[in-house]
Amino acid sequence: MFCIIKYHIPILSEIQTITVNQTQNNYKEAHMTIIQERVKELIAKYGKGRENLLPVLQGVAETERYVSEYSMTVIAEAMGLSSADVYGTATFYSFMDTTPRGKYIIRVCKTITCFMKGKNQILLALEEALKIKLGETTPDKKFTLLETNCLGWCHKAPAMLINDDIHVDLTIEKVHEIIAEYKQKS
Amino acid sequence: MVKNTLKRIDLIFKHEDDCKEILQKTMQRSNEELINELIGSGLKGRGGAGFPTGLKWKLTSEAESDTKYIICNADEGEPGTFKDREILTRVSHKVFTGMALCGRIIGAPVGYIYLRGEYKYLTGQLQEELDKFHKICDEVGLDFRIKIFMGYGAYICGEENSLFESMEGKRGEPRNKPPYPTEHGYLGKPTVINNVETLAHTWTIFKYGAKKFRDLGVQDSRGSKLFSVSGDTPNPGIYELELGMTVEEFVEDFGDGDCKAVQVGGASGFCVPRKKFREIAIGYQGKLTGISLPTGGSMMLFNSSRSMYNLLSNYLEFFTEESCGQCTPCRVGTQQLLQGIRAVKRGEKQAAYLDKLLALTETMKSTAKCGLGQSVANSFQSIVENFREEMIY
Repeated sequence: MFCIIKYHIPILSEIQTITVNQTQNNYKEAHMTIIQERVKELIAKYGKGRENLLPVLQGVAETERYVSEYSMTVIAEAMGLSSADVYGTATFYSFMDTTPRGKYIIRVCKTITCFMKGKNQILLALEEALKIKLGETTPDKKFTLLETNCLGWCHKAPAMLINDDIHVDLTIEKVHEIIAEYKQKS
Repeated sequence: MVKNTLKRIDLIFKHEDDCKEILQKTMQRSNEELINELIGSGLKGRGGAGFPTGLKWKLTSEAESDTKYIICNADEGEPGTFKDREILTRVSHKVFTGMALCGRIIGAPVGYIYLRGEYKYLTGQLQEELDKFHKICDEVGLDFRIKIFMGYGAYICGEENSLFESMEGKRGEPRNKPPYPTEHGYLGKPTVINNVETLAHTWTIFKYGAKKFRDLGVQDSRGSKLFSVSGDTPNPGIYELELGMTVEEFVEDFGDGDCKAVQVGGASGFCVPRKKFREIAIGYQGKLTGISLPTGGSMMLFNSSRSMYNLLSNYLEFFTEESCGQCTPCRVGTQQLLQGIRAVKRGEKQAAYLDKLLALTETMKSTAKCGLGQSVANSFQSIVENFREEMIY
């Protein structure tokens, strides 16, 4: 009996590993195709010249939520640039995320007026509501919590951006309400 | 309570939308006449640098090239500034009209609005307004189109040369000057680059004539200006005021009665302590106006509950992050200044170390490649010299 079980286990795990690898590969391939298609579509829209690099990168970041090194190489090849050039541009801009982010990226303004009007309390409230620390992403990949420099809402401080939407005159209660609303969104 | 001793001006946000009439009327006049009107108005760049707008247009129109560009700089990133967002939200057609007229004068069929990534929510409405405006251009027979180019979270791209680099798909790192944009701008072509507010003022000048604009303000600082007021004030918001007022007059209207200092021109501007309120005016430096501080419109008020150390360290954190890292004086200088004031505060360095840091800002002022590194000295010196005790204890 013992022997049989011992014999069976390796086979099972082998089968399992193969299945996992295959799904991973399939997933990876599917993802690569998506990126290639997306880049093709963006270049058709904007053009191949280097002056269109930023809009193309932004287009990828919009759908993928970040620009992976793989995406950068695809863009480089399609636009006739070196991947180092694309990497250089992509990593210069603070809104261009190069690591995977949550579906909703929260950027809390930390510049002077927001700082004076209590952005630290806002940050603490967000950490409490999301159960993550600054710079982290929730395990369900829904929220990422970041800080940013002046958002241009100093007269209605403190302020934060959630993706492209602005939220101003924040209070701790308001933060909890906003997060509850976003949590209900798909 | 608002005292309202300063005269409120209502030009920029004045409700008027006769784009077509202004374009038609202006297009009948010669380019030379229009440029002279603009020069005569005394309009200077409202982004803060204060270069005469008419001269900029004149130089670009005289530059020889098959292609030229007009770019509207909407990369409003200076801490405490938010007037350009309001202009683009409420009266974007005035900005477009200014761009179209500039395009006609210098010979540029295409214009761009470089909009900061933080204002992406404006694009939908702006595009709608643009579609309407393009129709008007077609109706009056003006071959001109405006495109929106999105920035992506980089303060330095408000610097004109970094902005061009960014639009060319590169890192937003400043170029050496000269050559200036009037000869060598976007894609190496002669380019007029104006702040949103500057372009909105050209509407007033072309509609009502240079005199109406020139009658406002004082010698060397003509016209009105939008001020973004924030901080410890009962009335935060955007106000259009005449140039030339003193900080004291400003504080009387906007202070909360306990104003300790005013930061004029944002983190890259100057901090004015209470004892100097009376002697300092807001405007461009000139022979007759005495000490005046230029500003892109950022006015932040601080009352006595604020620590000037916290203020300075917040500015320096901002500069450390936003320095593009290209030139050493700025990249290393900003970091050293931040570490330096922290060390003095913690008692790890003696108070005299502040003098070394002040000397460092002088070095940065004369050796940094662009305005960012050069202007760190403004806030650093004005805060450390006037509030030295707060840096130490």
